[in-house]
Amino acid sequence: MFARGLKRKCADGEDSPPAPPAGSLQRQSLLDMSLVKLQLCHMLAEPNLCRSVLIANTVRQLQEEMSQDSTWQVPAPASAGRGPLERLVSTEILCRTPWEQQGGHSAADSGASPAPDLLSEPPGALSAQAPRSAPGCAWEAASPRESRGGFQRSLDQIFETLDSKAPRAAEGLFADVDGPYYDLDAVLTGMVGAKSVPGDGFETLASAGAPPPGVSYKRDLGELDHVVEILVET
Amino acid sequence: DIISTVEFNHSGELLATGDKGGRVVIFQQEQENKIQSHSRGEYNVYSTFQSHEPEFDYLKSLEIEEKINKIRWLPQKNAAQFLLSTNDKTIKLWKISERDKRPEGYNLKEEDGRYRDPTTVTTLRVPVFRPMDLMVEASPRRIFANAHTYHINSISINSDYETYLSADDLRINLWHLEITDRSFNIVDIKPANMEELTEVITAAEFHPNSCNTFVYSSSKGTIRLCDMRASALCDRHSKLFEEPEDPSNRSFFSEIISSISDVKFSHSGQYMMTRDYLSVKIWDLNMENRPVETYQVHEYLRSKLCSLYENDCIFDKFECCWNGSDSVVMTGSYNNFFRMFDRNTKRDITLEASRENNKPRTVLKPRKVCASGKRKKDEISVDSLDFNKKILHTAWHPKENIIAVATTNNLYIFQDKVN
Repeated sequence: MFARGLKRKCADGEDSPPAPPAGSLQRQSLLDMSLVKLQLCHMLAEPNLCRSVLIANTVRQLQEEMSQDSTWQVPAPASAGRGPLERLVSTEILCRTPWEQQGGHSAADSGASPAPDLLSEPPGALSAQAPRSAPGCAWEAASPRESRGGFQRSLDQIFETLDSKAPRAAEGLFADVDGPYYDLDAVLTGMVGAKSVPGDGFETLASAGAPPPGVSYKRDLGELDHVVEILVET
Repeated sequence: DIISTVEFNHSGELLATGDKGGRVVIFQQEQENKIQSHSRGEYNVYSTFQSHEPEFDYLKSLEIEEKINKIRWLPQKNAAQFLLSTNDKTIKLWKISERDKRPEGYNLKEEDGRYRDPTTVTTLRVPVFRPMDLMVEASPRRIFANAHTYHINSISINSDYETYLSADDLRINLWHLEITDRSFNIVDIKPANMEELTEVITAAEFHPNSCNTFVYSSSKGTIRLCDMRASALCDRHSKLFEEPEDPSNRSFFSEIISSISDVKFSHSGQYMMTRDYLSVKIWDLNMENRPVETYQVHEYLRSKLCSLYENDCIFDKFECCWNGSDSVVMTGSYNNFFRMFDRNTKRDITLEASRENNKPRTVLKPRKVCASGKRKKDEISVDSLDFNKKILHTAWHPKENIIAVATTNNLYIFQDKVN
């Protein structure tokens, strides 16, 4: 009846105190879900106006809270078709892609299974930069249920960076999952070397392959308004 | 087909249902059998007719659903019965009349209607009315069309029995029952720039006694009471009913679950009841800042709001109703459960409308949902609730303890035990 993983995450999200990192994961998945719903609404010949307005208000509220969250500048991704589980997979991709793209590596399409093994490393590497991340062992469990808590915090950091990428780049990310593992080491080493301060490290990563977060944030907000405008005018 | 509305008439003798296919089915209560006084009359099908057909809006290139959103009965003035039924765009006034006699013995016609050969007509005779099998005819008497740009969610007949209102997402119109080519707009909340739209009208109803007063509810959980004497356009409310948000229960879904899905005045006119996603609230018309009573319908769903948002159940619009004496209120829930709250004793009960669990004439067993922890015997855990089985529409007989409960495809009629 409910997607198990999603249900638990959200239930826990609601129960936990409003600490920004845990909340922002929930916020992001809610935002994705809401944007998908709005897009589906828009595809209907005559959308249910009440439902559209309620979802649009929820999206606005989510984005307001996200923009108020001063640490993380989180834009709303326009391609909101992926669920949280897919986001977990893409974490690993995040670490490799900027260098992959620069190096021109190509890889087969993504599969979910190799990802969990690889994921043990990125959070560990990132944790060297960010003060609040959890050790990589949480990833070995390879199941979102079993790895909440500190794992979520490091996850958030990764997600924020991923979100700042342009949607097209995000799509391309999935293609790189199955690339050779040695690239990951190179990437991580390069990444660690590139950082200076925890926050900056992410911005460097973000700007590697995409426009600055602020710009895409505004652009995505504009897209949202555009979607809302279209659907309420029908 | 999927039942979309249920309504008793003013005497309770007739019960009308509307469905997604645009049909109206009317049930009539059997006259009480004086000998067998242990039970009230049963409801049998009285009339079935196609009220609305699917239409096509050529200008917008959109199909208009034939689903009946609401049915409202007019008080009976003569032998015939009248009701208003509406789909998303058009309201129709239907006359339901009985025919139990027919003229026989025409001078110039055979019984089957063919004209007789004039040369065979040698006498003059006048037709006589003779009894026939009861026939119930429904005919459309008025069609009120082209007044709503958005989807009609409510109709409500005024206590003057001459006018009625129809409400869509952004506007409310006032009609005269005799006049179909014009209506007056009395509420308009459409913003100049549609991008600024953040609130819609969800339900509206006339006061049962004051013909100048009506209320409308919104998707933000507010109810506005308007007086038509104040101005022609009632954009400024006379009263605004809103309960301040409980900060401890705040979540991203707070606004969605505060959206009011139904508003109903009590028969006395002193109170009104609103239904939002998780609760039923009773408001005293003289107190605007909070309801006088609040009943939790299915509080165990509060921790599941995220999943309910995902599967869209959070947008389900439940209706609510009063009993004849305004002492008990009823509303539906999931898993084919419906709930009743006794305002005097403060007791509540959960019952189930399903074929397996209830044979005719058996007493309904109270149900209980176990929110968390150990599940006792006979309890149902929240996770095993069937969210596809929802009871959105319920109605209570205006005088007796007979209720009509609509599941997705079936109508259940329950009555209390009569000794």
